[in-house]
Amino acid sequence: MPDMTRKTTSARKATVTALAWTVGFLIFFPVLWTILTSFKTEGEAIAAPPSFLFFDWTVENYLTVNERSDYPRHFWNSVVISVGSTLLGVLIAIPAAWSLAFVPGRRTRDVLMWMLSTKMMPAVGVLVPMYLIFRDTGLLDTKTGLVGVLTLVNLPIIVWMLYTYFKEIPAEILEAARMDGASLRSEITYVLAPMAVPGIASTILLNIILAWNEAFWTLNLAAAKAAPLTAFIASYSSPEGLFYAKLSAASTMAIAPILILGWFSQKQLVRGLTFGAVK
Amino acid sequence: MATQHSRTAARLMISPAVILLFLWMIVPLAMTLYFSFLRYNLLMPGMEEWAGFSNYRYFLTDPAFFTALRNTLVLVAGVLMITVTGGVLLALLLDQPMWGQGIVRILVIAPFFVMPTVSALVWTNMFMNPVNGLFAHAAKAMGLQPYDFLAQSPLLSITLIVAWQWLPFATLILLTALQSLDREQMEAAAMDGAGPLSRFIYITVPHLTRSITVVILIQTIFLLSVFAEILVTTNGGPGTASTTLTYLVYVQSMLQFDVGGGAAGGIVAVILANIVAIFLMRMIGRNLDA
Repeated sequence: MPDMTRKTTSARKATVTALAWTVGFLIFFPVLWTILTSFKTEGEAIAAPPSFLFFDWTVENYLTVNERSDYPRHFWNSVVISVGSTLLGVLIAIPAAWSLAFVPGRRTRDVLMWMLSTKMMPAVGVLVPMYLIFRDTGLLDTKTGLVGVLTLVNLPIIVWMLYTYFKEIPAEILEAARMDGASLRSEITYVLAPMAVPGIASTILLNIILAWNEAFWTLNLAAAKAAPLTAFIASYSSPEGLFYAKLSAASTMAIAPILILGWFSQKQLVRGLTFGAVK
Repeated sequence: MATQHSRTAARLMISPAVILLFLWMIVPLAMTLYFSFLRYNLLMPGMEEWAGFSNYRYFLTDPAFFTALRNTLVLVAGVLMITVTGGVLLALLLDQPMWGQGIVRILVIAPFFVMPTVSALVWTNMFMNPVNGLFAHAAKAMGLQPYDFLAQSPLLSITLIVAWQWLPFATLILLTALQSLDREQMEAAAMDGAGPLSRFIYITVPHLTRSITVVILIQTIFLLSVFAEILVTTNGGPGTASTTLTYLVYVQSMLQFDVGGGAAGGIVAVILANIVAIFLMRMIGRNLDA
């Protein structure tokens, strides 16, 4: 009898495995297809029937896209904007989340909910004034301007994520440090910081991803010199001639770093994007 | 526990974030509200004048507004239907014991990390294009007429692209919820003779309800602002066939330079989003003290 059950469960496991891998492969296929196409020649990229693996692999598209001097610049803009806005946001959010988590008052809950509510405002509701403010202050098409906007856009998520992480640090430890005569400053540097590092790191990771992929403000407020990869890729929407392979190469380079970072941040993703409502 | 000293410190530490967010929320929104009552076109600077409610009257009676409103609802509802149904099924599948679960998870989650402009362009060109797209190749191979997705059903095509991007989000959240399901409760129910179906209906479904609500509300907030996917695929067309509210406001303010009209549309969008936000905030707030 035990042998029977073992056999049925492993048959079941095999079926589930086959089904899950098939579904996973189908969902992932567009990404895989983009990566494969990026190594084809333009002719092969549109050939019918398309070849899946057996074509003449070439890195020519990557060289072409990179040589067009604008690709590296857009890439650099993406790095500066996403990392810059995240670090700035975290610097502003750490003290805020610290006080919300460790010195809760009557209004803590209201403050948290209010911060969240700013995230609910549709961007298009403030598109016109932001455009005009940017135009009149010379921030249009500058990295500084985009760093500023994306910091504000993601600040509520950063505060919330840090808050949910800080909340998990037991307050007794802080009290013990205080009893031992630690000042506020050394309490933060020596007790809190080491315990908070993993949470802060995950927050940074998720926010770099969100800022890297942000495509409303970056498309509307940057036209040329500060435009990040979202805008660079968008310029392929009015193509001339054969471009599938080059589009694929540019796309692969645009999504690869984030895909890799993203796979590391799966767990934090849930917490961050549901504001702690699902952990 | 907190001393007066630490309370003052706490207030100081929280103020930069609060002040910045307050300004971010109030200043542009107040300007939008102000502009929405002006006749103000960027092509005619210096000609601004008070217009009362005429921008709202114009925006709300424009046939494009109704099309955009309907398109927004169809897009949001369509994506929600696909992602929630697909997400529940996928989460149930991924929750089963299997070989290589970690790798499957990685494959399933990938679309969420693809930037909107990339996924929109890859889908429209390499898959949905009626001449060179993969779907067209498949149709021709089977002796069928290739279907011009973006010309014949632009809104459905965009819905499919956006659903592909958001399916991982729904799946991941529902999977997380499933994994927090009490195994002992499941085993106890099984021992009491509850079959797989009734275990699903009476234990799994109630357990998932809350997470499904969270998925629906959060996605709605993001889906109301879908923009890049429309910009790089159809530009809202043909005609206004795939213009959503967000895109309509963009066209009015950034392409027609009608600041007043765009601002009025922006305020309408804010009001609609707030209706959704109220429900979401209640859900999250209820969880805050738990």
